[in-house]
Amino acid sequence: MRSVLPVLTVIAALLALWYIAVVPMNAARAVEQAARSDVTLGTADLIRATMDMERPRLPSPHQVFAELWDSTVEKKVTSKRSLVFHGWITLGATLWGFALGVSLGIALAVGIVYSRVMEMSVMPWAVISQTIPIVALAPMIIVLSSSVGIEGRGVPKAIISAYLCFFPVLVGMVKGLRSPDQMQLDLLKTYGASGAAVFWKLRLPSSVPYLFTSLKIGIAAALVGTIVGELPTGAIRGLGARILIGDQFGNPIMIWSALFAAAILAGALVTLMSLLQSVTLKRMGMAR
Amino acid sequence: MMMVLLAVLVWLALWALNVRLARSAAGGVRAAVPLIFGLATLILWEGVVRGLEVSPIILPAPSAIAAKFVTEIPTLWVDFSQTVLKGALSGFVIGCAAAFAMAVAVDRSPFLQRGLLPFGNFVAALPIVGTAPILVNWFGFDWHSKAAVVVVMVFFPMLTNTVQGLRETDAMQRDLMRTYAASYLQTLLKLRLPAAMPFVFNGLKIATTLALIGAIVAEYFGSPTRGMGFRISTEVGRLGLDMVWAEIAVAALAGSVFYGTVAMIEKGVTFWHPSQRG
Repeated sequence: MRSVLPVLTVIAALLALWYIAVVPMNAARAVEQAARSDVTLGTADLIRATMDMERPRLPSPHQVFAELWDSTVEKKVTSKRSLVFHGWITLGATLWGFALGVSLGIALAVGIVYSRVMEMSVMPWAVISQTIPIVALAPMIIVLSSSVGIEGRGVPKAIISAYLCFFPVLVGMVKGLRSPDQMQLDLLKTYGASGAAVFWKLRLPSSVPYLFTSLKIGIAAALVGTIVGELPTGAIRGLGARILIGDQFGNPIMIWSALFAAAILAGALVTLMSLLQSVTLKRMGMAR
Repeated sequence: MMMVLLAVLVWLALWALNVRLARSAAGGVRAAVPLIFGLATLILWEGVVRGLEVSPIILPAPSAIAAKFVTEIPTLWVDFSQTVLKGALSGFVIGCAAAFAMAVAVDRSPFLQRGLLPFGNFVAALPIVGTAPILVNWFGFDWHSKAAVVVVMVFFPMLTNTVQGLRETDAMQRDLMRTYAASYLQTLLKLRLPAAMPFVFNGLKIATTLALIGAIVAEYFGSPTRGMGFRISTEVGRLGLDMVWAEIAVAALAGSVFYGTVAMIEKGVTFWHPSQRG
């Protein structure tokens, strides 16, 4: 709680910087527009003009927030111009990708913890897979899934976001499943516990704190993956598509508001994960 | 069908070989295990594509990709130098240097540190790639805009890691420096920066992958007629998937070498850290 004031200060400083940057970024275009309508601008007028341009190079913060407010609260959620509608599409693909990535990550982690061969042969490739820029794969995954006969963009987007979020889960779960120490494992051995019992009653529960830490990173990565999946591919629905369309129609305010909507969505998802984490850990008696 | 069966058999045989190798303890043998696994997977891929006669529009065989790679080396090199050397690398250097300088600058104010850490952590989780169209609009189509996207993408992960790292020394160590009458600069150079290095390198490693992603995505929004992102998006449109795979191979190679280089430097610099003492 004691970091609230510092964080607010940093945000206020950034907003101030943004406002200051708006003037030189838009000045040339404002002067040009004024010259066209035969008006000469004083300094105060010029600054005022740069703040409310129709197609600014850098929109001012209040323009972005007005657009954000307009396209979330004022528009009907089913409207194609509503950011809630586009956010919902992106959220759906993100959650599918997240579910896919988390299951893959956990399955691989279990395999790696229990099989030495798997650890030695799969783990290095999992690391290398993350050095491949996923965006290089994105257009191809989309072509691939459409030529295999999968309609729509939901599946390829989910695959891309799963690709980005499986790795943190894998690393976290390997660490977590290995976290019980020898003493605890020995204790279960003296109970004559079977391998399955050791897994369900000791390894899995003790990996839960690690799992949640990875899930928080994973869900943010999944959202990035979905938006990347929407960006280069000519999608028409979703937050990434809004950014793309804003770019094509030369409407920067639209790009910025979609960016902020994506930021809000990311914040909400990570917060949700933290809440789940604290509730679960408290019920399991692991809260710190 | 025979082809597929044969490929599966080879895969299983190589897996069995891996099982045996994994039991032996020699270091050199162990390094072979992931290589054999990769080779086995390539053979399986080749066998399945040939055996089931998968159309090259869906999935080209590894041998076809390798052939394309060899014949197109000049083009691949032009794309590589445009995207990786000019776009990603210069952006990486500028972004990381700026973030590092900023972290050292705010280091004297605990107030700013407390504000920047949660904020930076939040921003690092955002889909910053979305700024690509804006920056391409500002800086034009050539590599400058790609470098700008990379700068924005690597800045916050690098900043939070460095700020976090500079806080790593404990009171006892700082008190010791004080008893030596060390100045702020001396404490920074001799104690706190070295102690921050594991975190700095963590940030650099995250930044290597982000840099390539940023440089390639930015090319989807407009680029001169060269560059890996440009080539990938045009070849996908022409269904030249073997060329796309060749570019992906270059990207994977560049990404791994980039990451590996940073990891090697890390090993040299932070040799004292527990995670490096094998």
